[in-house]
Amino acid sequence: MTAALAKSTAHSIVEASPRAKAVAGGLVILYAVITILPLLWIVATAFKSQSDAIAYPPKLIFEPTLEGYVNLFTVRTRQTPDFIAKLPPPQTWYDKLVRQHDMVIAGPSKVVPRFVNSLIIGFGSTFLAVFLGTLAAYAFSRFRIPLADDLLFFILSTRMMPPVAVAIPIYLMYRQLNLTDTRLGMILLYTAVNVSLAVWLLKGFIDEIPREYEEAALVDGYTRLQALRKVVLPQAVTGIAATAIFCLIFSWNEYAFAVLLTSGEAQTMPPFIPFIIGEGGQDWPAVAAATTLFVVPIVLFTVLLRKHLLRGITFGAVRK
Amino acid sequence: MDKMTTILQPDHATFPGMSEPAKSRAMRHVRGLSDRTIAWLFVAPTIALLLAINIFPLVWMIRLSFTSLNLSMSYLPLRFVGLDNFSDILTDEDVWIRLQTTAQFVIWSVALQVIIGFGLALLINRQFRGHSFWTTIILLPMMLSPAVVGNFWTLLLQPQIGPFNYLISLFTGVPPSSFSMTGQVSLAPWTIVLVDSWMWSPYVMLICLAGLRSIPDYIYEAAEVDRASAWRQFWSITLPMTVPFLMLAVLFRAIENFKMFDMVNLLTSGGPGSTTELVSITLKRAAFEKWRTGYSSALAIILFVTVFGAANIYVKALNKVKQR
Repeated sequence: MTAALAKSTAHSIVEASPRAKAVAGGLVILYAVITILPLLWIVATAFKSQSDAIAYPPKLIFEPTLEGYVNLFTVRTRQTPDFIAKLPPPQTWYDKLVRQHDMVIAGPSKVVPRFVNSLIIGFGSTFLAVFLGTLAAYAFSRFRIPLADDLLFFILSTRMMPPVAVAIPIYLMYRQLNLTDTRLGMILLYTAVNVSLAVWLLKGFIDEIPREYEEAALVDGYTRLQALRKVVLPQAVTGIAATAIFCLIFSWNEYAFAVLLTSGEAQTMPPFIPFIIGEGGQDWPAVAAATTLFVVPIVLFTVLLRKHLLRGITFGAVRK
Repeated sequence: MDKMTTILQPDHATFPGMSEPAKSRAMRHVRGLSDRTIAWLFVAPTIALLLAINIFPLVWMIRLSFTSLNLSMSYLPLRFVGLDNFSDILTDEDVWIRLQTTAQFVIWSVALQVIIGFGLALLINRQFRGHSFWTTIILLPMMLSPAVVGNFWTLLLQPQIGPFNYLISLFTGVPPSSFSMTGQVSLAPWTIVLVDSWMWSPYVMLICLAGLRSIPDYIYEAAEVDRASAWRQFWSITLPMTVPFLMLAVLFRAIENFKMFDMVNLLTSGGPGSTTELVSITLKRAAFEKWRTGYSSALAIILFVTVFGAANIYVKALNKVKQR
């Protein structure tokens, strides 16, 4: 009886009153709406025509068009109306769209190769970082390694360097090794940056797997490596996946190294997007289209990662 | 029995009461590679990679910082100038101004993020309906690429065509084209603080939320029994128990913002004039535009030592707070 009473009062004390909840909810929703507006504006700008995008006052209501996306993927040249009139009729809807502005499509733009670079460098560095990170994290978690704390701190401290500072000697080194503006060079560099995150995060995840399972496997005659592969890894899958997504997001978003160490061949999306230009400066609908396509995977990943986000952003220091 | 002990305590280097030969005999019962070999095989590749990509370049950079190397004149023989680069930097008034600009950016943006982040965390902690969905929405900005953020905010902040000035004018009546958030000396430093806080307040929020949720309910129940006011409960329970989390958030944000390059480089590229020229942008110009490699190596080392030193002092303070 007393226990039940205590429980019910405890509930009312700790839980906020309905009114307090409503006020809190209102304020948070207000903040969320304000904070998401810039993103929505960019998504909308991608569907505006050139003139709508730079209209004054800024247009809320407009006629949606795919011009921005077409401009993003193509290179166009301006032609005289006579020249266009003499051409055979447009083959596709985007040919038609471009010709309305007295332009002809001259070829594909560089956006696809840049996107492919982002994918290759992102997945390449993520795979390597997670692979190396899993091995190292397992060793740090399960074995007694001399100076383990110092090594772990050393691994973390490599992330405290400002990227521009790191880029100076890397630039010189890559020039000697012919790695400047190569995907391999960027993959190695991003792997080095990501591996510190991977080791710290994965050590946390592996620490949480009870040792008894592998010990039982060892008693059954498994070798260490078999126990790792058949017992530990299957249980660490969620942690490994979350770590991989964090590494992927870092490589995907990285700008400083990319802009300083690549110029063409290995350029990724972040340094490319600001330089999508039309006839008079930045082609905002195309920039917005590129930004939208670039950001969509991140939004999906954020939703997927929601549970592990806190761990990821604090290097596993806060686990909830 | 020996075998069992070995297997159950594989990482214990010493087995009390067991002689050396007995120990090695016991170890041999585990099949495959010895644990020691595996440990080194597993750690070595990571350490090797970091040595190659981080430490070797760092050592090289330290060497270069004592030279007058300029990459645009790399045909000149490498000349060692001792500590000249360091004394040049530390006596250069411009560098000190950039450091001040950076410090102000760090202090104001972190302060604003702490206020917004902690406030949001307190509100979200009231667990209203749908709080999880709205929290995810709020978290989105911090997951984006800072460079892409800096770039699209230049559109939002355009004096005429951008929606930001237009919204401000709706509320205040100031004509939208009468001020420029990125082009005006008086506004630009606040603009980078604002955009950075838009992006990173959720970061502080998420960490504070973890702090708030770590406070056990019974403490509040006890306070309620003692008839402590809500205000009193906040100051003597909520705040002190969240401080370690808050400090962790401040540490991470301060380091990140001290290194800030991408977002500001695209939003204002240091301008107008040099009002938002953070020290990373100065470094980039010295190293990759003027190609003064010797000089910029020295500056990079000074920055690294600063971050590293400050972080160490801060971590010590953090541990003290945690122990309390």
